[in-house]
Amino acid sequence: MNASLFVLALMDGVSYAALLFLVALGLTLIFGVMRVLNVAHGSLYAWGGYFAATLGLAITSLTLPPWLALPALLVAAIVIGGLLGTVLELTLLRRILDKDPILQLLVTFAAFMVLEDLQRLIWGVQPVFVSGVVDQLGTLEVAGVTYTRYQLLVLPAVAIAAFVGLRWFLGRTALGRQVTAVTHHREVATAMGVNTGRVMWLTMALGGMLGALGGALASPTTSFTPGIGADMMVLSFAVVATAGLGQIGGAALAALLIGLARSFAVYLMPELEVLMPYLIMVLVLLVRPEGLFSTVAARRI
Amino acid sequence: MASNRIVLVAGALLAAVVAVTAAAPWLKTPVLLALANGLAVCGVIVLIRAGQVSFGHAMFASLAGYGVAFMGRAWQLDALLLIALGTLGAALAGALIGLFMVRYRGIFFGMLNLAFSMVLFSVLGKFGHVTGGTDGLRFDRPTFAGQTLERAGFETALLALALVLALAAGWVVMRYFASANGQALAAIKTNETRLEYLGISAKRVFWGGYVLSATLCGLGGSVFALTQGLVTPEMGYWVRSGEIVFIAILGGSGHALGAFIGAFVFEFVKLYAAALLTGAWQMVLGLVLIVMVFVAPTGIFGLLSRRLAGAGASR
Repeated sequence: MNASLFVLALMDGVSYAALLFLVALGLTLIFGVMRVLNVAHGSLYAWGGYFAATLGLAITSLTLPPWLALPALLVAAIVIGGLLGTVLELTLLRRILDKDPILQLLVTFAAFMVLEDLQRLIWGVQPVFVSGVVDQLGTLEVAGVTYTRYQLLVLPAVAIAAFVGLRWFLGRTALGRQVTAVTHHREVATAMGVNTGRVMWLTMALGGMLGALGGALASPTTSFTPGIGADMMVLSFAVVATAGLGQIGGAALAALLIGLARSFAVYLMPELEVLMPYLIMVLVLLVRPEGLFSTVAARRI
Repeated sequence: MASNRIVLVAGALLAAVVAVTAAAPWLKTPVLLALANGLAVCGVIVLIRAGQVSFGHAMFASLAGYGVAFMGRAWQLDALLLIALGTLGAALAGALIGLFMVRYRGIFFGMLNLAFSMVLFSVLGKFGHVTGGTDGLRFDRPTFAGQTLERAGFETALLALALVLALAAGWVVMRYFASANGQALAAIKTNETRLEYLGISAKRVFWGGYVLSATLCGLGGSVFALTQGLVTPEMGYWVRSGEIVFIAILGGSGHALGAFIGAFVFEFVKLYAAALLTGAWQMVLGLVLIVMVFVAPTGIFGLLSRRLAGAGASR
């Protein structure tokens, strides 16, 4: 592996990790507050991507100014993520909080099946791919390697902004503190006067937006086909599980680890590319069954 | 529900299957597929007894199916031997993967199984020169107990075998639930710490359950592969795993009979509904699953047994 290939793999890995992190962040945030693993999160990624592609096509066909393409990605994520997150929360998650964990998993899995088919009915089975933004922003040369500005600058910047923004929101604002309180103990938080229902709705909408944002930002560089939601669901779970469920800082590191491992595998051992995230997850879980950064839970007898 | 009533219902189901396939031979294939599904669902029910769901158990069916296809192509073995070896392969895989899986519960367990099955699915698709890629592997109809049979005869023989296997699997699962190990397995759901205080290793008990469930899924997969004469990576796709879990919830996870009732309802609704609802099949499954979880978490068998118990009480 020569130097330029190394740089290329590094940049691939970082831009991929940025996307992975956004999706995983949404998943882990929802789990932290709800204690439910939202299997339908993979669909939010897919819907975000498809919807962003639709908006991108609309901008081209309506001959709107092309600089709108980048903001359109954000708008797509906020609209579709907020909408689906709210719908899922109001119709399903709110009603299953006290159920058996198996039934919770089953319900979100069922929601995933429904969303997958709806997505196929709306956008069809043909690959969807709108790369206007990438061409617009042009390329950049780093250490003799030409790379798109979009992947090298925009994606990591958005991921870092989301991370810092979420940390600030959870730690420094009154509403964010309420979310943190619910994460720690739902009943105590309710007793202290926190409107738990509102916090949960907010979390689902926010988590949904993050998932959809990952999809929307991936749409200019990935071709979206049916089944992409399932892949991303399992992949983002691998990140979240490696980090420890509910760990936001850990998710950033785990995403970087898995993103880099995957991109280096692409160049060094292409057959292992698909296996890499799972290998890392399995290795981590063998040593630390609850993930890298999790705290030990008390045993209840 | 008294055990003689169970026998009655199982007998009625058996008689219905024999009558239907004798009257309409073209129904043999769907009945065989339903039985193959039912066998796999029996496996998932074992895990549900321990309070766990796996979203990746179709991988054992597809492992067994590919085993059958490879051995059928390479050595032209007998159908009976193929089923036995395919199932054995799945059992061994289950024993190995189980060593890792028994450490996890709940979300981790479900999703790690999903992850393993996704890996297998993509490996089967990628290594096309060995596995035939996404087109899958086709194999010739093997001999059945030494006899070379035509398609119709082969299907009848396979059907008879599948019925015997289904009865045996149902009996084994129920016998296992009643055994000390099965009781300990159920305790994993209620309180694992207390189980460990009794000096019983929860992991070892769960491992036993996991191997049994993998074996049953493998059995189902072998029958499925022989019915079709073709295996594809789709056999181990997460949608298939989801279907198996779905059938378990639909039929009722409390009893092995529920698995087969669910499998038959599923197969025949699919037979007619899939034609009407092309492309929305998964959506229908998802919606029915949500409704079942909220309205009838004990499944069709639960509803049925309550009715039968009610009839018994009023008499």
